Amino acid sequence: MKSAARPLTLNRVLNATPVAVGIYLFVVGMICWLSYSGAQQMGYNWQWYQVPRYIYTFTDDGFQAGEILTGLWATIVLSVASFALAIMLGLAVALLRLSGLVVGTGVAIGYLEFIRNIPLLVLLYLFYYVLGPVFGLDRWLAAVLTLGVFHSALISEIFRAGINSVAIGQWEAAASIGMSRAQAYRYIILPQSVRFMLPPLTGELVHLIKSSAIVSVIAVAELTTVGRNIISETYMSFEIWFTVAAVYLVLTLILSFGVSLLERRFQPLR
Amino acid sequence: MQQPPIIVSEHIGKSFGDFQALTDVSLTVRQGERVVVCGPSGSGKSTLIRCFNGLETHDSGQLTVDGVVLSADSPQIRQLRQDVGMVFQQFNLFPHLTVLENLTIGPMKVRKLDRQQAEATARKYLERVRIPEQAHKRPAQLSGGQQQRVAIARALCMEPRVMLFDEPTSALDPEMIGEVLDVMVELAETGMTMVVVTHEMGFARKVADTMVFMEAGRIVEVSPPQTFFTNPQSARARVFLDQILDH
Repeated sequence: MKSAARPLTLNRVLNATPVAVGIYLFVVGMICWLSYSGAQQMGYNWQWYQVPRYIYTFTDDGFQAGEILTGLWATIVLSVASFALAIMLGLAVALLRLSGLVVGTGVAIGYLEFIRNIPLLVLLYLFYYVLGPVFGLDRWLAAVLTLGVFHSALISEIFRAGINSVAIGQWEAAASIGMSRAQAYRYIILPQSVRFMLPPLTGELVHLIKSSAIVSVIAVAELTTVGRNIISETYMSFEIWFTVAAVYLVLTLILSFGVSLLERRFQPLR
Repeated sequence: MQQPPIIVSEHIGKSFGDFQALTDVSLTVRQGERVVVCGPSGSGKSTLIRCFNGLETHDSGQLTVDGVVLSADSPQIRQLRQDVGMVFQQFNLFPHLTVLENLTIGPMKVRKLDRQQAEATARKYLERVRIPEQAHKRPAQLSGGQQQRVAIARALCMEPRVMLFDEPTSALDPEMIGEVLDVMVELAETGMTMVVVTHEMGFARKVADTMVFMEAGRIVEVSPPQTFFTNPQSARARVFLDQILDH
């Protein structure tokens, strides 16, 4: 037996499959038990049976999406719109930053520092309460702009890093066949930087989906707002918040999994 | 009959910060001429030919390529680069494109040829560099020698009037140098104007019309290969030749 030959260290004991699974189940069990017994102590009346109808119902008309699914859809639409805006703004800022023009670099750095150093919540208030009335933005538009602008700052840094990670020789090769800077970006540099950008961009999209919950403070009818509304009618705060958290979790996990498949497609490139 | 000049550099200088890469370099390359530039590393050979297609800009003097006076921001620089092909030491193929796409992207996007024309040209030159069967592979699937031949074909697809080679065999394993040089010799035989920075003296003897020896950013000697290899005019060229031909 080769395992007998090696000393039984603490690390090896903890990493043995049965022990690891046991510890894991114990930790999860403890958390569940603590929250359950805590709820019992404050006399919480669990009503899990009420929850499904907020997700979906079957009536004579067939499948009906409940409020939570509707809210989830709103979150997805909001996130996709904001992410698209963030990508466009982020690319523009990254290209400005890399343009080599003093003005371009200055504007890009100014934008970046301004956006990065304001709390998301304050930015949202700025868009909704200040720019909103001035430019006639409704809450949806204010929400999309806030999330898009906020994340564009981080995304522009991802783009910049991705573009810089393409070897300088690629620029020179593109130039030597007469390509303009724009053509070199479009056909040579950006396609190659995608694989460097994909993992951090996914992280950023997950981050955006999660931070989209903040727009519930201006009552945009997305997942978090819907959860809050249901609770104000039913007082089932434990069940609904657990459910809302689980829905976010499922959404972001599916996303991460999908992108990891996509990444594998880009891997064979060297 | 003397051919018209295609590259005329007059007293050009170039510095990178404190480092003087080129000093007072004057050289004329005529149409159809094959010029081989050699010299110890750091002597400015690469900088010189990179100036010829505007990848570096000279600080002083005047450089005229194909009738265009080059300066820091020549608007014609892109037009010029289409007519001046460049082959790099590190090949610099586009790794995300197939071999065929590497060859067609310039003609299609820059010269605005349609796909059919571009592919016909590409296949012609792949044939010429003897790797027609690799058209649908990616650069990473090819050997170094094959990659460099693709790079030569890529430059040729733009139908350039001059070809610049920046140490085209220096990054290759020894057994692959021959296949690349063979392609270059054949290209020379078609009458292409070539400026080649290389240490391959066998190649130089075979194709060069003019040998240029550089040291420390200056041109030390310009002579025909017969003279250069048997009786170099400058002491420094003699030392250099002794060093690289002795082993």
